[in-house]
Amino acid sequence: MIMNLFNSFMGWLDKRLPVTDAWNKHLAQYPAPKNFNFWYFFGSLAMLVLVNQIFTGIWLTMSYEPSGDGAFASVEYIMRDVDYGWLLRYMHSTGASAFFVVVYLHMMRGLMYGSYQKPRELLWIFGMLIFLVLMAEAFMGYLLPWGNMSYWGAQVIISLFGAIPIIGDDLTLWIRGDYVISGATLNRFFALHVIALPLVLVILVFLHILALHEVGSNNPEGIEVKKKKGSIKLEDQSKFTFHKQYTDKYDIVDAIPFHPYYSVKDIMGVAGFLIIFCWVMFFAPEGGGYFMEAPNFEPANGLKTPEHIAPVWYFGPFYTILRIIPDKLLGAIGMFSAIIVLFLLPWFDRGVVKSVKYRSKLHLFNLIQFSISFIVLGVLGTMPSTPIANLIGVIATFGYFGFFVALWFYSKNEKTQPVPERITG
Amino acid sequence: MKKFILAFTFSITALVSTMVIASSGAHLDKANNDLTDKESLKKGFKTYINYCLGCHQLQYQRYNRTFTDLGIEEADGIENYMYTGEKVGDHIKNTMPAKEAAKWFGTAPPDLTLEARLRNPDWIYTYLRSFYTDNKRPFGVNNVVFKDVGMPHVLQDLQGVQEKIITQEKIIANEKEGIEGQPEISHLSEAVEGELTAEEYDVVVRDLTNFLEYVGEPSKLERQNMGYGVLVFLFIFFIISWFLKKEYWKDVH
Repeated sequence: MIMNLFNSFMGWLDKRLPVTDAWNKHLAQYPAPKNFNFWYFFGSLAMLVLVNQIFTGIWLTMSYEPSGDGAFASVEYIMRDVDYGWLLRYMHSTGASAFFVVVYLHMMRGLMYGSYQKPRELLWIFGMLIFLVLMAEAFMGYLLPWGNMSYWGAQVIISLFGAIPIIGDDLTLWIRGDYVISGATLNRFFALHVIALPLVLVILVFLHILALHEVGSNNPEGIEVKKKKGSIKLEDQSKFTFHKQYTDKYDIVDAIPFHPYYSVKDIMGVAGFLIIFCWVMFFAPEGGGYFMEAPNFEPANGLKTPEHIAPVWYFGPFYTILRIIPDKLLGAIGMFSAIIVLFLLPWFDRGVVKSVKYRSKLHLFNLIQFSISFIVLGVLGTMPSTPIANLIGVIATFGYFGFFVALWFYSKNEKTQPVPERITG
Repeated sequence: MKKFILAFTFSITALVSTMVIASSGAHLDKANNDLTDKESLKKGFKTYINYCLGCHQLQYQRYNRTFTDLGIEEADGIENYMYTGEKVGDHIKNTMPAKEAAKWFGTAPPDLTLEARLRNPDWIYTYLRSFYTDNKRPFGVNNVVFKDVGMPHVLQDLQGVQEKIITQEKIIANEKEGIEGQPEISHLSEAVEGELTAEEYDVVVRDLTNFLEYVGEPSKLERQNMGYGVLVFLFIFFIISWFLKKEYWKDVH
């Protein structure tokens, strides 16, 4: 009885909106390679954290006061007087750091298995745009508690735009809306943080997934699961049912429907992730001073510079590149270049073999040195600048950019291993 | 894959060791706070009202919230903890004019609601026990932890007067290494006795530090208690989801 009612309702709905078709195309009959490993959890986890940020953000907005006079006190009001306000705030602040953890690991996955290579260049670019907007979102969100580190962190980063010749000073004035960082800056950052950027972020995530489902998912072997139509014998094809959008054009091998196989697997991933996330949130929400910095427990004060202005940890790598270059303009150019080269990665890599598993030893070494350089740059970004730290920073910066340059040279005629036709095991 | 794990372990080790090296600073004594010790919190609250509130507000914390959390009856609270005629729902404030105060002390006495989070409890505990006589300072005292602080030693009646001692060894060591200027203070000694013994005074300061840690984050205990429950739930949920995944994946080869 209830099932019949449901079916007739879905029939009515499907005539007017392709609900069942979209469900099948993107979930129940989407062909996902069967060999996803640990690294493939971070895409769905990034989505989880995004949803967490949006929902906790909505509730925080209900009690937050975006003004120079009221912001700091309203955060303490949330922490003390709002029911479970402290929980909402910690979910949001821990979520910000968790977002970068999962996104960095998600990007690392792409690097390891060549998920940015043809035909996934646009997918990678959407991902990089998400990363860029996420950094802007985090930067603006960090000003909102109006603590002293919020204030001085924003001061340092906004002043970078002042290094641009001719228009620099006017540009910083335009960004701040005042001659110094003030309530005007706070208000516009609030508007961008809660409306403009999240909207862009959600649209980009939508496009990222749409592009993914158009080209299909890569996997740890870097072997396509969509083969040329008519090239595979029926008994060798995947025995599962896939949406005709995929089967009309391709023969599908070694794939399984995303739902229920990866949906149940991702639920397990979510549970594992939440154990770590909640452990931090409930027992160390300050993240040892790296998720919430101590100077942020006093209100913004334009006359009192914190002893050591450090960006939040996730900006560390880029901040170090900025800092080790003595000239302000060149430093800013260096920092932005570090992001631009990531955008161009699909064209730096001229190889055809995707997975690090079948690529040269040189490529493996290059990837490892890149990861280490990135982590070292990140650590240095949170530490005070000393001559030795700067020297290590210079070396790590060469390691970072060197990855791309070296890749461009060796990938053209790289000694790779033969890639199997099919995913085994 | 194994190489990656190795490389990551290596870099995490490098990360942790650099952080440890970077974080060494002045020596601080351990406060060993216990937020579940309500009697200690009450005594700390009382000390705060009597000695600190005159200059330092707790402007983000309300009286009645404090009463509830510390287990103080409202009538008892109004009688014994509220001296200036506020309502129980009011924030814990004083009437000191900030501009005038800045003139008196060189800088306006800061609000202390979040002091334990801005510094840390051990810092507060050590700071309040580290005043010593220094006639060059306006109030006749200086502090080992916070050099040239603008604050007088408010608890001097309780603690007594301390003097700085620089041992001969320290002076010789400095000369050997060619360090110019004032040698570091070796320790403080009690020159004039206070109302309390050194041990009693430490307890008073510890209670006060305990209270300041509480007031920095009144929901801390609730947070941790909820955390245990959530983690237990998640562990069970993880195990169930693991079996669920296994069950579904039986037909994948």
